[in-house]
Amino acid sequence: MSYKKANVPFAGTAEQEAQLRKVIAENKDEKGALMPIMQKAQDIYGYLPIEVQTIIADEMGIPLEKVYGVATFYAQFSLNPKGEYQISVCLGTACYVKGSGDIYAKLEEILGIKGGECTPDRKFSLDACRCVGACGLAPVMTINGEVFGRITPKDVQGILDKYN
Amino acid sequence: MYRSHVLVCGGTGCTSSGSAQIIEAFEKELKANDLENEVAVVRTGCHGLCALGPIVLVYPEGSFYSMVKAEDVPEIVSEHLLKGRVVTRLLYDETVQEAEVLPLAETGFYKKQKRVALRNCGVINPENIDEYIAVDGYQALGKVLTEMTPEQVIDTILASGLRGRGGAGFPTGQKWKLARTLVPDADQKYVCCNADEGDPGAFMDRSVLEGDPHVVLEAMAIAGYAIGANQGYIYVRAEYPIAIERLRIAIGQAREYGLLGKDIFGTGFDFDIDLRFGAGAFVCGEETALMTSIEGNRGEPRPRPPFPAVKGLFAKPTVLNNVETYANVPRIILNGPEWFASMGTEKSKGTKVFALGGKIKNTGLVEVPMGTTLREVVEDIGGGIPNGKKFKAAQTGGPSGGCIPAEHFDVPIDYDNLIAIGSMMGSGGLIVMDEDNCMVDIAKFFLEFTVDESCGKCTPCRIGTKRMYEMLEKITKGQATLEDLDKLEELCYYIKANSLCGLGQTAPNPVLSTLRYFRDEYVAHVVDKRCPAGVCKDLLSFSIDKEKCIGCGMCARQCPAGAISKTDYIAPGKKLPAMAIDTAKCVKCGACMSTCKFAAISKK
Repeated sequence: MSYKKANVPFAGTAEQEAQLRKVIAENKDEKGALMPIMQKAQDIYGYLPIEVQTIIADEMGIPLEKVYGVATFYAQFSLNPKGEYQISVCLGTACYVKGSGDIYAKLEEILGIKGGECTPDRKFSLDACRCVGACGLAPVMTINGEVFGRITPKDVQGILDKYN
Repeated sequence: MYRSHVLVCGGTGCTSSGSAQIIEAFEKELKANDLENEVAVVRTGCHGLCALGPIVLVYPEGSFYSMVKAEDVPEIVSEHLLKGRVVTRLLYDETVQEAEVLPLAETGFYKKQKRVALRNCGVINPENIDEYIAVDGYQALGKVLTEMTPEQVIDTILASGLRGRGGAGFPTGQKWKLARTLVPDADQKYVCCNADEGDPGAFMDRSVLEGDPHVVLEAMAIAGYAIGANQGYIYVRAEYPIAIERLRIAIGQAREYGLLGKDIFGTGFDFDIDLRFGAGAFVCGEETALMTSIEGNRGEPRPRPPFPAVKGLFAKPTVLNNVETYANVPRIILNGPEWFASMGTEKSKGTKVFALGGKIKNTGLVEVPMGTTLREVVEDIGGGIPNGKKFKAAQTGGPSGGCIPAEHFDVPIDYDNLIAIGSMMGSGGLIVMDEDNCMVDIAKFFLEFTVDESCGKCTPCRIGTKRMYEMLEKITKGQATLEDLDKLEELCYYIKANSLCGLGQTAPNPVLSTLRYFRDEYVAHVVDKRCPAGVCKDLLSFSIDKEKCIGCGMCARQCPAGAISKTDYIAPGKKLPAMAIDTAKCVKCGACMSTCKFAAISKK
């Protein structure tokens, strides 16, 4: 969960906004529509900056604080943009006992960022995740959904090099 | 008619290790050999043996190929499917004995298993409703709607002894009965399915959703009929894309066949199901928090009473069960409650699925009758601990559970026995730990998780778990006193007694159970400032055995802190001076130790 305000300026396009307004119009009368709408908004923008939250609040006629409250409650919602390559290290139990904590530390060291952050060139962002369900391959990290299993801290640099 | 079926596992584990490419390779290879009308390729759900994925099964022979690569596919096609010669080198090695190929059910991993909830996983194509119907799918729903009253359905579930598989083990029939009877004049009721599997290390619900999605839909419709609801919601983790996709397909097909929607089986019973996606909050596995989340709010729990059976989702009477619980329901209706009650122990009936993980050979999903011992699960089914290490403890119940030490290896696993020995069933994660795992570190790991996932609504959980975490950190840094251990224990009991929901009430369990069984490890950290397992970095020191060191200097090049330098000592028989570590500069990363080819570096 991240409570920081994004430091990258908002760069939403008119098409994205039109798409968002359409999604809201289609869904807002359903029961419990706020979360599905926010999930779709994040699909459109990749994250939920305050500008997007404001549109949702205004269109749905609910206070911005409620949208912000939901956005900061759930780990899936991000107030920061994600990198071109999103790295996610599983810190679930099975991976943790097999040393995924060391992998995470190694990534922080190489990328020079902390978990939840994005490199200044917006190339890599790093997050810890809970179980991805590939416990048989522990320890596991994913980059844009591609799974790397049975890795050691020594493998990390080589994997990152593939994306540079 | 196809003469052979090639079943390729499409569960998350096998998909991660490349099963999609294998399916492609099979389709291409079969086409090249003109076999596409004779051999069908089916993408199934999980077989459970995820450690050996990707898995390919060829029927009618039942050959079980493990760790298959796309390059192996041409050989399987040309040898096995074309010439009828099984490719022995690719078979799961336990199915090959003295040149004889054993049936899968005879192998150690499967022999003691009894698959009820998982019976269709890995057997049918989850994206085809006809395959589900062919294995008696939707028959239970038909039977219930045409031959049974709602009361009879509830009595059947009660008589079966089925208890909730999500963790607490509340009797399912009782839950349904309350939802049916407590508010007789309710204008609307709901049936919910908890598929927000959040225990780190547990993935049985995902496997059911991926391998047999219709069973959940059918069971929810049965529950709807029993309590008088016509709308269901499945709250599923957004992190399970394959499960979500298959649920979408399944709901679409069920609607098309008239098995969901209006007037099901022409009986006038209406029932439909919608999906809602969790957004990564562990607390939403708690029933009231889950409902608050479906309503579109921060997923915070609310005090009970009122219980969901009276005031649940959108303030209407609601039944919430988890995926695995539902997966048992249609079988109970078809085979009768006596059949189900014949399995298991006195108070825990049926089977339980466990996700085996950690330091164990056969990681994966196993389903065993309640009452199976931990020893059978770990040694016989799990294949024991790899690398000749010694079993230290098994962790069950995730962040709400505890660690079971070797002394309780022969306790039959059921709800009540696990609670008696300080753990709990939880959703069925079973993580095996060996002598290299530090129990204080494990307790700290779970507390870090709970601190992160505590929703913050009630003080004992929000602040209490944070204080517990800080105390554990003090211990792992060697800064704690024995008095801190007593304080830690006292705090555990306060949090258990005063938290609002199950998350806080069970959060101290990992600490309490490790304190109970591994107090000596805590004491070693506190008194001797030593981590017996060699995990807690602040208590470690690395040193180079100058007699073994050949002076190659590899370690010094790897050291990020520049802490390693040459000495002036040359060991007998060596050419170069030995290296030494300056412990004041050492950051204890272990890079030197993993680099040294001569085992000259040790930590203690």
